[in-house]
Amino acid sequence: MTPHTPGPVLEISDLSVVIQTDEGEAQILSHASLVLEAGSIHGVVGESGCGKSTLLKAILGVLPKRSRIESGSVRLGGRDLVGLSRETLQREVRGRDIGFIPQDPFQALNPVFRVETQLMETLTTHGMRGHPHADRKAMRAYLVSLLKAVQLSDTEEALERYPHQFSGGQRQRLLIAASLACAPGIVLADEPTTALDVTTQLQILKLLRDLAGERGLSMLFVTHDFGVVAQLCDTVTVMYAGQTVETGPVRAVLDDPKHPYTRMLLACHPDRAKELAGIPGAVPSPLRPPPGCRFHTRCPEARSECSAARPAHAAVGAGHEVACVLYAAGRAP
Amino acid sequence: MTRFILRRLLLVLPSLFGLLVLTFVMLRILPNDPSAALAGENATPAQIAAIRKAYGFDEPIWKQFVIYLKQVAQADLGNSTISGRPVATDIALRLPATIELTLCALVFATLVGIPLGTLAAVWHNSPFDHVMRIVTVGGLAIAAFWFAIILQLVFSMSLDWLPLRGRLAVGTPEPARFTRLFLVDSLLTGRFDLFWNALQHIIMPAFTLSLGGLASIARFTRAGVLDTLQKDFVGYAEAAGYRTRRIVWVYVLRNSVVAATTQIGLLFGALISSAVAVEAIFDWPGIGSYAVNAILTSDYKAILAVTLVVGVIYAVVNIVVDITHALLDPRVAESL
Amino acid sequence: MLIVKKFLRDVPAVLGFVIIVAVVLVALIAPLLASAEAVYDGNIMERLKPPSVEHWFGTDNLGRDIFARVMVGAQGALIVALSVVALAIAIGVPAGLYAGYTTGWASELVMRVTDVFLSVPQLILALAVAQLIGKGLESAMLALALTYWPFFCRTVFSETRRVRNTLFVDALQGIGASQWRILMVHVLPNVASPVIVRATIGMGFTILTTAVLGFLGIGATPPSPDWGLAIAESREYLPESWWAVTFPGLAILITVLGFNLFGDGMRDLVDPRLRRSR
Repeated sequence: MTPHTPGPVLEISDLSVVIQTDEGEAQILSHASLVLEAGSIHGVVGESGCGKSTLLKAILGVLPKRSRIESGSVRLGGRDLVGLSRETLQREVRGRDIGFIPQDPFQALNPVFRVETQLMETLTTHGMRGHPHADRKAMRAYLVSLLKAVQLSDTEEALERYPHQFSGGQRQRLLIAASLACAPGIVLADEPTTALDVTTQLQILKLLRDLAGERGLSMLFVTHDFGVVAQLCDTVTVMYAGQTVETGPVRAVLDDPKHPYTRMLLACHPDRAKELAGIPGAVPSPLRPPPGCRFHTRCPEARSECSAARPAHAAVGAGHEVACVLYAAGRAP
Repeated sequence: MTRFILRRLLLVLPSLFGLLVLTFVMLRILPNDPSAALAGENATPAQIAAIRKAYGFDEPIWKQFVIYLKQVAQADLGNSTISGRPVATDIALRLPATIELTLCALVFATLVGIPLGTLAAVWHNSPFDHVMRIVTVGGLAIAAFWFAIILQLVFSMSLDWLPLRGRLAVGTPEPARFTRLFLVDSLLTGRFDLFWNALQHIIMPAFTLSLGGLASIARFTRAGVLDTLQKDFVGYAEAAGYRTRRIVWVYVLRNSVVAATTQIGLLFGALISSAVAVEAIFDWPGIGSYAVNAILTSDYKAILAVTLVVGVIYAVVNIVVDITHALLDPRVAESL
Repeated sequence: MLIVKKFLRDVPAVLGFVIIVAVVLVALIAPLLASAEAVYDGNIMERLKPPSVEHWFGTDNLGRDIFARVMVGAQGALIVALSVVALAIAIGVPAGLYAGYTTGWASELVMRVTDVFLSVPQLILALAVAQLIGKGLESAMLALALTYWPFFCRTVFSETRRVRNTLFVDALQGIGASQWRILMVHVLPNVASPVIVRATIGMGFTILTTAVLGFLGIGATPPSPDWGLAIAESREYLPESWWAVTFPGLAILITVLGFNLFGDGMRDLVDPRLRRSR
């Protein structure tokens, strides 16, 4: 239970990531910005390929080969993570200050090692927070309590088993436990419920919400499903083609979406759609992105200024920002 | 796990049976009527007939096969057509030498090959990786017997650092017979002088023998590690903050090595084949040089006996490898 | 064309190809250029001379020019290897096709026989077979082919089985295509690439094994300039006449290296899964 000082714990400013492909350089993230406030659950929502997973990887410094952070900063409690070496990131940030929950519970755990070995790994690497001289017995007892906290049954036996002996939902709980092992203040979740069936999904979401509340966690939750955002998150950022287009409290964004993309995206959602609507056009390739606002090629409200330059983020309400020329300072929507 | 072992043992039976048939057929093809050869040059027809009856050569072929099976089961592999001594005894005497040599080669190849292959994969496409690729392919291209001669040329004849041939210096008594592996036995009895003697003699042959295996193991490890590095759990391990050294040498290696172990079975076969030439060059008293001798003297009984013995050893090694595979990768034990 | 481009990016494979071409050229041209006496008769006055301008690789114990012998030996090595591989393919591929396409006890039998042949390491089996047929180059070749055909059979079998089990074969049978046509037009092209890869690697392996057999005295016989035989004959003149042993061995090394590198490159081209692990 870490008491948190109010204010941002993680600030991503103007982050751009490029990847080298056989056909040239692709800009996967273009000046993305968001702020994670202490104790809040912040959703990051967008279609496949919009760069949301890349965002998480950039924070942790585990971008795939041939990709790099071109510009921007990621400030964790005042320190910029972007310049740090991989060793420093491994030693101090990953697992310790920032926990990670992966997307595919079926592939994330190494099949030839027992669950205990893998859960123990972060503990032995970074030490048990608050107990610098804990021995294996103490760590094991702590793991058992963690497993109970994520509502896994038969905790003692579970540690002895192999990953393939668990169901998808159980494995995801294991991974959640693993992410919390060193009591990080921040947890990054990369679509952890996408590979699960709907009932399990609901259970995991509830678990995450409860854990975050109990432990005062700040969570960055990546998903493509607005429904999940509605259930779990306090605030949300909408992304499109590598750009962050709208940010705000969940209720505000859902009830009163400002950005044309957000509006059309919400309109497509099965809960809201009256007809089988879609968004005309296709997501642009990151190799040849449209200049300025990347949505302008499909936007019904596009103006000439849209392709000239990236629109700045403009405030449209309490904590609610949009990157769209329609809301540029002074203009009425 | 026991069920897996049992099923695995069952699988090997048809091949072993086939091998017995094959050797039996080859045994019988050669002399149409061995009785005359056995009886000797000046035997009378009556003596030949007596031998025929005594050995059962007048029985129908399938009965002879059954007799053959019984003989094999009793470790009676016939007598050498040249020396007249029981082949089985000769093979039993010489087998430990070959086993010691092959084990040393295998251990060396594994201990060096796996790290090299892993590093080549981790430093993918680096200069080290490129050099490694060419070297390992080269290692498979070297004729073992030629390399052995070159080693002798350099280290024995020119530099005089290592002995030329044999398992021990001429006139040295063998260590006490526990395992018949000189390195082990000499250590067990505390005879470090004998150990050093045996070690000096085994270095060159074992190194020569290990080359092909080293190359093979390095290549398979490299391929396996490259494959494993793509897997999701490696990405997860990195994001979760594991130390890179541990990720590579504990987690990745375990997954990759699993595939490499199955190669070791095939490797053993290749080692035995190479051992034939290596033993001949270094005058190593194992079954390899025994086989060469047998070939040169047309001792067909000996050759076929060696074929049978090697086939059985090969099958045993493959079973052991499969069991190890199942132990390392728990998913395998539940298949089959 | 794309395949060729991809191949050209693989430097070791291209190197292997160059080596093979060089060896083939040597095998074709050397016998025409070298005089018979340099290779077979030799000049006793010139025996065991070290490498020099007249004799680039020196001379052996009978005064024969080693350079000429090594170059001419390439022809023998290639012919033997080609014959062995061709024979192994001739036996193994049809067997594999048959076993893969049909089901039932005949198919099982073929695969069991393959297992038996594979249950013994190749050289040992080759020795046993050579023992049966008698010594000499032809029997060595037959012995090697008999030990190598199972590899082709296995490869072809699994490919054929795989293709056979796909839906499109059922569809073809559904529209009445004959078995023969299915095999020729659809199965064979799929099988061709792994067979070619294995054949290339087999060439290298055969050259090595033939050299061993030659060295042991079971393969080529004097006065053949066979590389393995040359090493055996020159062994007793060590350490003074090191060149007699070194150069034939290097020839083996380079030739087999070429085939292995090329075979590797082919394998990477053919199997996209393996291409990743380059």
